[in-house]
Amino acid sequence: MSHAVQAGPSSARLSLSAPREGASIPQEYLTFRLGAEEYGIDILKVQEIRGWEQPTMIANAPAFIKGVINLRGTIVPIVDMRIKFNLGEAEYNTFTVVIILNVSNRVVGMVVDSVSDVVMLSTEQIKPAPEFSAGVDASYINGIGTAGERMLIMMDIEQLMQSPQMGLTNPDAAVH
Amino acid sequence: MSNESSADSDFDFSELHGLFFDEAAEHLDAMEALLLGIDVSTADDEQLNAIFRAAHSIKGGAATFGFTDITELTHQMETVFDRVRKGQMPLSTALVDVFLASGDTLKSMLLALKGDSPGVPEADVTALCTRLRAFLEPVTAESKTQAAAPAPAAKHVLELEFGPFDKTFTAASVDGVVADLKDFGSVEEIGAASASTKTGRGKASGGKRRITERRFLIQTEVSASDLSDAIAFMADPERVKVSNVQDHAASGAMKDSVKAVEPESPGSQNEQGFGLFVDAATLPASQPVAAGTAGSSKVIEMKNAAKPAAAHAAGDAGSIRVSVEKVDQLINLVGELVITQAMLAQTASKADPVLYESLFNGLATIERNTRDLQEAAMSIRMMPMSVAFSRFPRVVRDVAAKLGKEVDLVTAGEGTELDKGLIERIVDPLTHLVRNSLDHGLEPPDERVAKGKVRKGTVTLRAYHQGGAIVIDVADDGRGLNREKILAKAKERGMTVSDGMSDGEVWQLIFEAGFSTADVVTDVSGRGVGMDVVRRNIQEMGGRVEIESTDGVGTRISIKLPLTLAILDGMSVRVGKEVFILPLTCVVESLQPAAGAVRTIAGCGCVIAVRGDYLPVISLAEAFGMHGKADRPEQGILVILESEGKKSAILVDELVGQHQVVIKSMEANYRKVAGISGATIMGDGRVAMIVDIAHIVGLANSRIEMAA
Repeated sequence: MSHAVQAGPSSARLSLSAPREGASIPQEYLTFRLGAEEYGIDILKVQEIRGWEQPTMIANAPAFIKGVINLRGTIVPIVDMRIKFNLGEAEYNTFTVVIILNVSNRVVGMVVDSVSDVVMLSTEQIKPAPEFSAGVDASYINGIGTAGERMLIMMDIEQLMQSPQMGLTNPDAAVH
Repeated sequence: MSNESSADSDFDFSELHGLFFDEAAEHLDAMEALLLGIDVSTADDEQLNAIFRAAHSIKGGAATFGFTDITELTHQMETVFDRVRKGQMPLSTALVDVFLASGDTLKSMLLALKGDSPGVPEADVTALCTRLRAFLEPVTAESKTQAAAPAPAAKHVLELEFGPFDKTFTAASVDGVVADLKDFGSVEEIGAASASTKTGRGKASGGKRRITERRFLIQTEVSASDLSDAIAFMADPERVKVSNVQDHAASGAMKDSVKAVEPESPGSQNEQGFGLFVDAATLPASQPVAAGTAGSSKVIEMKNAAKPAAAHAAGDAGSIRVSVEKVDQLINLVGELVITQAMLAQTASKADPVLYESLFNGLATIERNTRDLQEAAMSIRMMPMSVAFSRFPRVVRDVAAKLGKEVDLVTAGEGTELDKGLIERIVDPLTHLVRNSLDHGLEPPDERVAKGKVRKGTVTLRAYHQGGAIVIDVADDGRGLNREKILAKAKERGMTVSDGMSDGEVWQLIFEAGFSTADVVTDVSGRGVGMDVVRRNIQEMGGRVEIESTDGVGTRISIKLPLTLAILDGMSVRVGKEVFILPLTCVVESLQPAAGAVRTIAGCGCVIAVRGDYLPVISLAEAFGMHGKADRPEQGILVILESEGKKSAILVDELVGQHQVVIKSMEANYRKVAGISGATIMGDGRVAMIVDIAHIVGLANSRIEMAA
């Protein structure tokens, strides 16, 4: 779980980057685009960012699971979030980006439209998400982050990747 | 574990415990093998001594760690066997039986101490001790006088040097060891060296003089190496030196030998770094051995002599214990290297060989080296089949005795090497098959004689290479499988059988769950559980079972296993853009069908006639929901696959080649995929799926059944 660390006054004094007393320590988030939307995920869950390479198809897998690639000897499944969330054009060229995530000791690749940047956000900057119905279950959305003019959808990527709707784990496998 | 509760000590015993458990298990195995191999009437001294040493070593180790119940039992074993060894008592089958039983109990006790199993009832141990003591009763009086008399023929005079000492091995603890050594002959202390720790290198003990070394002379019948073996468990081999002072020494010569060893300069003691090792009692650091301690005496490295295996086969000397994870990691890394090498070779193949001659030479060398490296790495995991076979003399002996049958066990191909993981997993299925052979296969002696066979039945265990696989045969010369009986039983159980089935298909029926043709359920087998488990276990290992049987002549069950779990011999085939791997063990043949050779049944199922059999045909592209180039069978290649006794033909676009592939799990980062048993990385770095043949063959067959 990627809860922002709620720091008390004592720990704030210890931290040099703490902006003021009582405020939380800002965390870093990787932001990426899917169509017109911008998402943010905990950067500690990101292992690396790679260019697109044609994966090997998996038999009878859903459309958003593009297949598996060889990542230095590890077999890594690739999911296309644009197909999963029905956002943007699922085009594959040299500019297509794959974010390799390391969530609960599993490695998963995630295709997005583009990676924007890394932002620092404190918990005050993340507001709870309003009630809405979307392609993604709201329970995998931690809130809405504000970075300047930008609105970031803060996604709990670890929970999402383990969820049954992604189909990345064995249905009966115990969640660790 | 209660024995680890010495929390106040700054010293971790658990590692030492592990070492003791490992070594004790080795000693027990060695002892069992020796006991089983021994001929009661003509046992030679070498064998008897080896058994005695094994018991003694376990006792010593157990005593060190305070496992009193083990010590007690081994002590009794040792006492009894000492008699036998000295020829004061004849070796009997009854004695061997008690020893085997004691060995089993010791194994359970060790497991219990490790925490792997519930404890052994104390009554069992006591009962065994009583049984052992019973052997002693008649000769006790005689032995007393024996013990009192001086050692009759001291052939060797050996010098023992204990030291340096520390917290765990103190000067005083030598007394205990020496007391035990009195069993071997007369022991005499010839000197103690002491040193004041003035150098300040170690933990200074305030200028107090402390004993750093104690020396003994022992007159004994046993040789220096035997004595080393015996002491190995009583004291850290690093801290004991056994040197042969003089052979055939009369006791008068002992004084001279004392002189010979006494001149030792204090300087050499300092060199040994006393005090430095105070807290590092168990560090395997090689203790500097003062050169020329006893003139021309032979110094024996206790470390080597302590391993019983070293005594049996010189080839095993210098082995080290390494955790399996480390080996697996090495094998994985080598696997990566092989893939990278293949990628490099493929990339370079596009370059001009004339311009880049040296590059090509280098690549050729890398290729050769990686191949050698891979072979060497894989061989680390390989163990000889004898590891698995060694337990069967015991199994056969016990079961045959229980069933009142006379059986010879013949083993062949013990040297055949197999992956350690497979060896561990093959033991249970093999045991089951052997027990079955003994119970159902072999006839009772009288029946055999009536049939004109030799009274003693034979069960043969044989391991050998065949193609890229290991085959293990379990064969007996018993009554063979009864076709009619199996068919009748199958019909009775409502299975779909016909009288026209081939023998091979009929024999496969015995692997069905709950199937038993035994008229009487015995203690040994006949409950009908097991054969299905045997087959499942073997299939999980990527192997298969075949049966050959002739009525009245015998049965042979062959287990075919891949060489290792990690590598698979595969045939790569192309379907559309993807490459799939078919395990070669399942591939029977491949053929290009003529137009019209593939017929449909009821419009949906397809079959093809191959050598008189109608086989179901399935397109791999269709099964995996993708597009292949070959829409019609005659455009592609049909590969005939066999799994679980069923055959089917699958349609692929083309055959690519044959490879050894490293199996990677799909479930590490993804989920189980129906029809796919794993994945591998090909020479070009791409992932290829390994097809689950059993699933595909089942799919093809079920389609035909649905259509029919």
